Amino acid sequence: MANKRIDEPTGTETVGHEWDGIEELDTPMPRWWLWTFYITIAWAAVYVVLYPAWPLISHGTQGVLGWTSRGQLAKEMSAADAARQSLREQIAAIDVEKLAASPDLMSQAVAGGAAAFKVNCVQCHGSGAAGSAGYPNLNDDDWLWGGSLPAIHQTILHGIRQPGDDQTRTSQMPAFGDILEPRQISDVAGYVMSLSGKGPANAAGAQIFADNCAVCHGADGKGLRQFGAPNLADAIWLYGGTKQDVMRQVRAPRHGVMPAWQGRLDPVTIKMLAAYVHSLGGGEDFTQVTETPVEQSNEQP
Amino acid sequence: MSNPDEPKIEEGVVKTTQPVSSAVADAVAGARRHEPHEPARQHLPEKLYEPRRAVHNKRIDGPFRRFKWLVMFVTLAIYYGTPWIRWDRGPYAPDQAVLVDLAHRRFYMFGIEIWPQEFYFVAGLLIMAGIGLFLITSAVGRAWCGYSCPQTVWTDVFQHVDRFIDGDRNARMRLDAAPWTWSKALRRAFKWTIYLAIGFWTGGAWIMYFADAPTLVHDFWRGEAAPVAYITVAVLTLTTVTLGGFMREQVCIYMCPWPRIQSAMMDEKSLTVTYKDWRGEPRGSLKKARKDPEHYGDCVDCLQCVAVCPTGIDIREGPQIGCITCALCIDACDRTMAEVGRPRGLIDYATLEDCKREAAGEAPRPVWKTLLHPRTLIYLGIWSALGLAMLFALGTRSRIDISAAPDRNPPFMLLSDGSVRNSFTVKLRNMSTAPRRMKVTLDGLPGAVMWTSTTSREAAARSIETTVPADATAPLRLYIAAPKGTGEQPFSFHLVTLDKQAERDTAKVTFSGPGAGG
Repeated sequence: MANKRIDEPTGTETVGHEWDGIEELDTPMPRWWLWTFYITIAWAAVYVVLYPAWPLISHGTQGVLGWTSRGQLAKEMSAADAARQSLREQIAAIDVEKLAASPDLMSQAVAGGAAAFKVNCVQCHGSGAAGSAGYPNLNDDDWLWGGSLPAIHQTILHGIRQPGDDQTRTSQMPAFGDILEPRQISDVAGYVMSLSGKGPANAAGAQIFADNCAVCHGADGKGLRQFGAPNLADAIWLYGGTKQDVMRQVRAPRHGVMPAWQGRLDPVTIKMLAAYVHSLGGGEDFTQVTETPVEQSNEQP
Repeated sequence: MSNPDEPKIEEGVVKTTQPVSSAVADAVAGARRHEPHEPARQHLPEKLYEPRRAVHNKRIDGPFRRFKWLVMFVTLAIYYGTPWIRWDRGPYAPDQAVLVDLAHRRFYMFGIEIWPQEFYFVAGLLIMAGIGLFLITSAVGRAWCGYSCPQTVWTDVFQHVDRFIDGDRNARMRLDAAPWTWSKALRRAFKWTIYLAIGFWTGGAWIMYFADAPTLVHDFWRGEAAPVAYITVAVLTLTTVTLGGFMREQVCIYMCPWPRIQSAMMDEKSLTVTYKDWRGEPRGSLKKARKDPEHYGDCVDCLQCVAVCPTGIDIREGPQIGCITCALCIDACDRTMAEVGRPRGLIDYATLEDCKREAAGEAPRPVWKTLLHPRTLIYLGIWSALGLAMLFALGTRSRIDISAAPDRNPPFMLLSDGSVRNSFTVKLRNMSTAPRRMKVTLDGLPGAVMWTSTTSREAAARSIETTVPADATAPLRLYIAAPKGTGEQPFSFHLVTLDKQAERDTAKVTFSGPGAGG
């Protein structure tokens, strides 16, 4: 049992515990400490009344202030949206092909597009927009449907091969496995390889190409954008650049699809996406650009 | 001169006789003939702290007081006046001589403009200020504390307000002790109003360093200034009144770490305010001393040194932490010595060496020898070397800068003709006060060309010219196409200004590519 006694030198009662001759004095708490403690208790009581605090079985107590973290987020988001409103209105008002002529707006659009790209486009085109087999690389200078701002905008709006959208991009390459002999397929694939400097040209392949392929891909194999027919004479291959790949594509071509983003994303976001994709380095057609961003007026901020 | 009516107030002195922990204190304590009363440490004090007793220091005139007036005038003039000095920097920069432009991350100081990446200049200035403090302390002791420390200056200002409203020492002590009357309440209210006004002016002057002063004053009074301006003024008003009006010498004695550090900075060759006890002791009133001149020293125990002390200490108890070496006690003591017809310097600036010498009957060394001891010279050397290095850096610093960051995702891109393309975000910085035409050139990377996000590849070339606005950073997106089969290799962007100065800078980067196999 505790052995309480008065400690001689200090005149304070001990708590009665002793460890190896060391005793603990029953010194009262400092008053300031106690008051701090009481204030925290009072604070907690007020807090419980004002804010959501107690978890119950299916929900929690609400608090009389009606504050929620979701509500606060919604408020902050709408404040941020309101702050961006003027920018969005300006982008909404401008034709997409004139965006590049306004460097400030363009750079804002590129930044907004980069964010939207990371949410909506990276699943197919990759986080750096470098694509993969069957998914076009948006950084390079090869464009199936054109790389100007309006062309990119059109592609994003209406997608690729979207049924029910009459403006969607549609290209259709026949499956030549039912039309040509395997020997002919090999020949024409060899000829296609030779167009971009891989392997020797062959006359038989050239004839087959002229009869069957030149209609869409052009006599020189450089493709036709109005049909979305790829350029076969360059170093970029959507479905692979080996002869095997080319033969497979002649025999039973694959066709990519892309959603139409009109209706899924708002028009301003789609314009921003077009600006971002154009800025990745492969964009074409700068005729609208009148001055470079760094050469604008330089007033002290 | 001793006043028989004057109450003995030495018990009112804050006891801070705990010896300064250094050789100085030990040696001086040893040289003293009578030891100060040792504080009893055997039992715990009944109260946690000794309540503060107000210090009502007496007005005094003398060379040190006049020097203190001068320093006070100069430092306050610098503090309150500097933001109002104008400095024409042309159309692209603000016209305030000293301006900390936090919003645009610039620091202007007369002809010098500091960018964030040049902050080492400010760091260097701070280090110089630190070493300067060491230098001053090792040479002339706590001169910083005594004359130019803001706490000292503002406490002095507040004490003069006290004197102006309530009268000098005796009148103030009487008023303190007197019961509350309307007249006393009015006086006190008036006094605190003036304290608040001084505090407000002090806080107000501080914010002027962070924005254009005339505009800010205008906006401030119209309620249009930034909230941070009002908050800063409120906080600084409060701290000025608290530290200068309430706490005063307690800041020096209890709060400030500098006296503790200073005791380590000082040695037996540092000047300090000293009571020459071998000359003054045993002390006694003039009447007693005249009766028995053989038995008494020069100190007539008039207590004027205590009465004038702004921290309320008795210098005759030896060097102590409460002594800020403002030397007002020297003025007071010299005046008394003149009145009683004894030589001045019973309390005087002296080094410990001098004290020993003088106590032993030798002549003191000349002051210049004291000031030029090795420790002082070493500090002076370090301080000057730093200053010269900074001046050199300032004189030769470049006002342009280029930095380049490659895109990492993807690291390179194959183009339709087989060539390899890399993308870089290049930043061109123009730190001068006029727009400058600059040229970026590819250095290395044979056969490569570059273009920007606003020009097409048809316009690609080995170099790009652009104009960077004054005082700005221009981001530039550069695409570089190298011939087919180019592999990873280092190269650099070379920047040169197309004006007379032709300043240059280079950014080293690496080009990525698949190499011959790709």
